[in-house]
Amino acid sequence: MKLFKSAIAKVKKGLAKTRDTFVGGLRSILIGRRLDDELINELEARLIQSDVGVKTTLRLIEGVKKAYRSGTMTTGDEVLEYLKDELKALWPAQDRELRFATSGPTVILVAGVNGVGKTTSVAKIASALRDQNKTVLLAACDTFRAGAVRQLEIWSERLGVQVVKGQEGGDPAAVAFDACEAAITRNVDVLLIDTAGRLHNEASLMRQLTKIRDVTTRKIEGAPHEVLLVLDATTGQNAVNQAKSFTEATDVTGIFLAKLDGTAKGGVVVAIHDEVGVPVKFVGIGERPEDVEPFDPVAFVEAMFEDEAPAARG
Amino acid sequence: MFDRLSDGFNNAFRKLSGRGKISESNVRDAMEDVRTALLEADVHYEIVNDFTDSVVEDALGRDVTKSLKPGEEMIGVVNDQLVKLIGGDQPAQPGVPKVTPGPTVVMMCGLQGSGKTTTCGKLAAYLKRQGRSVMLAAADLQRPAAVDQLQTVTEQVKGFPGDGTVTCYAEPHKVAEYGKAVGVAVGVCQRAMGEALKQGVDVLILDTAGRLHINDDLMGELEAVKKAVPPHQTLLVVDAMTGQDAVNSAKAFHDRLGVSGVILTKFDSDTRGGAALTVRKVTGAPILFIGVGEKLDKLEEFHPERIASRILGMGDVVSLVEKAQQEVSEEEAEVMAEKMAKGELSMDDFLKQLRSLRRMGPMKQLMGMLPGVGQMLKNVEVDEKQLDRLEGMVNSMTPAERDDVKVINPSRRRRVASGAGVKPEDVSGLVKQFNMVSQMTKQFSGMGMKGKLDAAKKMQAGGMPGIEGMPQLPGMGGKGTTKTQSPKSRYKKRKR
Repeated sequence: MKLFKSAIAKVKKGLAKTRDTFVGGLRSILIGRRLDDELINELEARLIQSDVGVKTTLRLIEGVKKAYRSGTMTTGDEVLEYLKDELKALWPAQDRELRFATSGPTVILVAGVNGVGKTTSVAKIASALRDQNKTVLLAACDTFRAGAVRQLEIWSERLGVQVVKGQEGGDPAAVAFDACEAAITRNVDVLLIDTAGRLHNEASLMRQLTKIRDVTTRKIEGAPHEVLLVLDATTGQNAVNQAKSFTEATDVTGIFLAKLDGTAKGGVVVAIHDEVGVPVKFVGIGERPEDVEPFDPVAFVEAMFEDEAPAARG
Repeated sequence: MFDRLSDGFNNAFRKLSGRGKISESNVRDAMEDVRTALLEADVHYEIVNDFTDSVVEDALGRDVTKSLKPGEEMIGVVNDQLVKLIGGDQPAQPGVPKVTPGPTVVMMCGLQGSGKTTTCGKLAAYLKRQGRSVMLAAADLQRPAAVDQLQTVTEQVKGFPGDGTVTCYAEPHKVAEYGKAVGVAVGVCQRAMGEALKQGVDVLILDTAGRLHINDDLMGELEAVKKAVPPHQTLLVVDAMTGQDAVNSAKAFHDRLGVSGVILTKFDSDTRGGAALTVRKVTGAPILFIGVGEKLDKLEEFHPERIASRILGMGDVVSLVEKAQQEVSEEEAEVMAEKMAKGELSMDDFLKQLRSLRRMGPMKQLMGMLPGVGQMLKNVEVDEKQLDRLEGMVNSMTPAERDDVKVINPSRRRRVASGAGVKPEDVSGLVKQFNMVSQMTKQFSGMGMKGKLDAAKKMQAGGMPGIEGMPQLPGMGGKGTTKTQSPKSRYKKRKR
């Protein structure tokens, strides 16, 4: 993935420490152990605690049990390989790349429920794109929450990218419209639209989001090229409902899994894949704009078995 | 929100009740479903195991297997255990205690995005309603514009009802980039306390920055704040949609700060909310409030027994009645009842009722509180927009038409329809429906208690115009048979 290469380089150093912990945690659970009922139970507990959900856990455990009973799987190492393969197969590399417009501005719409970290995630994507020498325009379409416009404005100042904003309490679709016009006249490479947090079960707010999407489609051909749903890694099974509703409203093309720098495993994206099929594209791993990396299924599955609250992840 | 839990239990108990007498292994089997339901609801893995074990133990201790109605008895056991787990020792007086000398200091803490700042505003609005004076201290110097947000929220709270006052203490120039202002919050809180003492406010609420429970520096900052300005209440703000990780964050906050109460936010989502059980169990602190909407008056006191009964599919009638009492005064209700008894209900009354009903909350949420209805409505989308359309039609009627719908002739009907942006058939449908309902309420109020119950049963069995027919109401078909509202008015709704 070309776009994020430099970003990857930056986080790799920080992650090296983290990865050690992943593997260390893994080792203690699976590697070098003989497969037996106790290990399977332990595996089940780990899977549940990573939020992958009961259904997905049962599916994965069933696979292990079958292989165990037939004698084709006898060690923890094999279980690990099996799980890695299973999960890697869910997210093929080509699905995880950011989609760009063939000509004219690329429009990326960012949405999610309240408090998942949309604005910070927008800043992170903007920062990475800017580092790729792309011109970025931010659209502050969260006209509802107090201070939200100002929050994005501060980010634009810090990152040195342009921003289009509306009045607090104004019509977000109108801001999106203005932002599209500005993106065309200023000839920017990428327009990043930040939207207000909304609960996915609020029908009227979801319609408003659809309207924002439709406005961009009318102004710019093929827009939005990417609709990123920001999910909070600490969210449990409700994230599946979120993915469903947002996909219904705006055809989500990718997930930005935020707040993966805590102890939460974000395993619910596995369940989301099973039920909605939306790929995870990025993970957020800190507060700073450079704390973003492309989603890596292998690192992710390894982290799922990590011991709780490792110091290295602080 | 606990709908799914209810479903799980109901399935389990349906199995039990179908079997008559049950054995120990039946109990364990049934608990397997309960276990799955709890896990799907995001209750922590180990807490689920503990819970199911204690239920089985309790059930066998009471020897439910000898009971004539083991299913019902099991519901009792699960209910008791659930109330015990979620409720425990709730404080006798909910809310924020009064202390002398004041002010009562409340420290809010929690992860990023859990909703601390909004909840600060809600708590201030709640206290204002009680006539208390509140100062909000902007101690989040990390997140860009967090101080602006609290200041704006303070201004908004001023517009809410109540005799109390609200002010905001902020030092906007102290704001810095993430990680660079660690510790500055301590001074801000101290100076806010000084100001609170000078002004003699009743409650000082400290809005701290969101932080990860594994960030040692920032957790240390909270400890320092706690030492400098000892709070009477340390409230942990938790997103009700949190998954298994709730156990880690709650434990870390509790270990370092000693959490004295919990506020669950985003309770109006469709989350199953198992995190409530997890956090309660880990901190041992009572859940004091739940946040049920974006508006600043959407904070409710938490009632464990009602939530537990909702888990068991018994509905939450008490909350519903309370909400109704907030909206409709007793005199109003009496006048309305009299009119209904005489069959004199007018379109105006209908509109009034519809409006106060809608002020109580989203229709789906209200219906979910009714026993049984929650289950039936699980997959029904109650489209609030359709209710807008109903209001639109009544609004387009003249006073004379509202008084007596019989005067609506084809010409008037066309006018009303074009006024509301619907088809004339929709207006006739509404009138027809209205006549049926007012006829029915007349009969209904003439009956004694027994008659009412019988009628209610008949309704449930099928064919009551008011409820059964509701989905067929004009403009309530949900399939866009009518013209929708203009984008402008739709947008107005969002502004609230």
